[in-house]
Amino acid sequence: MLLDFLQQLGHRSLSIFARLGRASQFLLVTLMALPSVVMRPFLLVKQMYNTGVQTLLIILVAGIFVGMVLALQAYIVLVDFGAEESISLMVSLSILRELGPVFTGLLFAGRAGSALTAEIGLMKSTEQLSGMEMMAVDPMKYIIAPRFLAGVISVPLLALIFMAVAVLGGFFVATDMLGQYEGVFWSQMQVKVDFYDDVVNSIIKSAVFGFVVVWIAVFEGYDCVPTSEGLGQATTRSVVYSSLAVLGLDFVLTAVMYAV
Amino acid sequence: MNMDTPINTSAQPNDILIEIRNLHFSRGDRPIFDGIDMDISRGQITAIMGPSGTGKTTLLKLIGGQLKPDAGTIKVDGEDVHKLSHKALYDLRRRMMGMLFQSGALLTDLSVYDNVAFPLREHTHLSESMIHHLVLLKLQAVGLRGARNLMPAELSGGMARRVALARAIALDPQMIMYDEPFTGQDPISMGVLVTLIRSLNEALGLSSIVVSHDVPETCSISDYVYLISAGKVVEHGSPAQLAKSESAWVQQFMGGLADGPVPFHFKGPSIMDDLMQSGLG
Amino acid sequence: MSTRNIEILVGLFVAGALAALFMLAMKVSNFTSYGETDGGYEIRARFDNVGGLKVRSPVSAGGVRVGKVTNISYNNESFEAVVTMNIESKYKFPKDTSAGILTAGLLGEQYVGLEPGGDEENLAAGDMIELTQSALVLEQVIGQFLYSKAQDK
Repeated sequence: MLLDFLQQLGHRSLSIFARLGRASQFLLVTLMALPSVVMRPFLLVKQMYNTGVQTLLIILVAGIFVGMVLALQAYIVLVDFGAEESISLMVSLSILRELGPVFTGLLFAGRAGSALTAEIGLMKSTEQLSGMEMMAVDPMKYIIAPRFLAGVISVPLLALIFMAVAVLGGFFVATDMLGQYEGVFWSQMQVKVDFYDDVVNSIIKSAVFGFVVVWIAVFEGYDCVPTSEGLGQATTRSVVYSSLAVLGLDFVLTAVMYAV
Repeated sequence: MNMDTPINTSAQPNDILIEIRNLHFSRGDRPIFDGIDMDISRGQITAIMGPSGTGKTTLLKLIGGQLKPDAGTIKVDGEDVHKLSHKALYDLRRRMMGMLFQSGALLTDLSVYDNVAFPLREHTHLSESMIHHLVLLKLQAVGLRGARNLMPAELSGGMARRVALARAIALDPQMIMYDEPFTGQDPISMGVLVTLIRSLNEALGLSSIVVSHDVPETCSISDYVYLISAGKVVEHGSPAQLAKSESAWVQQFMGGLADGPVPFHFKGPSIMDDLMQSGLG
Repeated sequence: MSTRNIEILVGLFVAGALAALFMLAMKVSNFTSYGETDGGYEIRARFDNVGGLKVRSPVSAGGVRVGKVTNISYNNESFEAVVTMNIESKYKFPKDTSAGILTAGLLGEQYVGLEPGGDEENLAAGDMIELTQSALVLEQVIGQFLYSKAQDK
């Protein structure tokens, strides 16, 4: 009984390590294939459309509402201390430091990451990847690398748009609904929000999230069992793992960036 | 023996396109190939037949260098496929090989025209008008010039395979590997494919390898047949020779008989024992 | 969708992101104030206690932001904290200006407040402000209050 359990444990850890190994090797090959994307810029543009532009709508809507809700909540808390002029500060810092990159990472994983996994998995199960190899076209260069690069570029861009829209959402609530002066809103924010500490760090954060989410999504598709069941499992795993990775990495990055 | 007469010309190394020696391959613990030797001649249609699950598709992937054998060698045009660098392997594929997948493996986001143009655009520097001509010619060869603006999702299975065939011959390879070309086709598309494989082989001077378990169709077009089962080559020869084989297994396979050396029943306890046991339980 | 439309949409997407970056830099953060400090001059002040003052905390005089804290260190000989501030060159202060660490609002952030004196000469780069008032530490204030209450009785 105990031996069975130990054997199970050993088996599982070995297979997890094997997967990690495959994922790292896959990443290495992908990175080496990246220069070839320069040769086919139209593929990159097409994938920027598929991953970036297609995710834009959900990012815009989510951004506006997150900004508006934050402003309302900030008001409810701050008005008790007579500090409601700090609404903009609370909204902008929460969005820049955490919510912008994290929300974008999670939404991207759900919208574009799952689609990437499903698309590549389907290409694998319909032998399109094999077929390409036999036509002497490397799918790592033609399929994987452009998707990877497009994702890594798109996520920080999406995060920037999310953050700007969220601040505007907060602005709308603070000024139009709560009657704050426009000047107060912007000036309060500028005093405490630092370009390098907050804006640049949030871009770095979102770039890291983009890298990890796209890596997981593309790998899960490429590594999936080429059956309809395997494809479904791979898509689920892609979203679950990349969401967890975003949240876990967010803690690590925050600790590194903001901890004293 | 008279030393002046040349020995059997078909055994000249120059006539052998693919030489497989002592090939071993296994998936996990399950051996797929257990010491296979094969010679595939230039300019002929060679069929590889065997029951489902004997790894016929795997063999094509081994020849194409997509899988690595556990032991043994595969030489294509004198080059050991699995000793080549990544670049040299891709060169060899571009120069020599075309492959027709069971599903067609068309790129779903490109139209029929773009699918056929794909290898030309990737591997040549031809002008678009030149590519246009070539694509139309290749599509004409498979009879689908009129379908060039359709997307792969709008094609029937047989049409998808013909488009894939046009794509496979786009770069004028020396050999084409057909993976189960007849499976799941209605009689008409089956007839079209049979004719196409034969006529393309003659018109383009190709060498073809057809992997299949559709015995009559495959035998009707192939010059030479290898029968594999349980990881070994069971029998080889021309279709006529195989038909006369004395092996009971070959007779069962070629004739499509339900019972023979391969039993109708999956191995298990006898029905008597099974029934008795459940009755007692 | 045609290649041209896809390219246009991707172009819009990238342009939108750049516009967002521009807005975050100019409107939301203090990016605009980075350039202004180039021509400033540095003065220093000693404090017994800097409280929650941080690098980049604002320096203001009469409610106007005139510069920012660039460095906070501890002097091993006088056992005091030394705060270095960068003051924008357009603002002048007399030699006997005093500095205090103040708090914006009850729980707000801390900043250095400069109180100009009456000297003829102005502070120059590298000068030390002699008159300082340390930060209010809430625990100390409460402690003193309780102590004096106890003595009253």
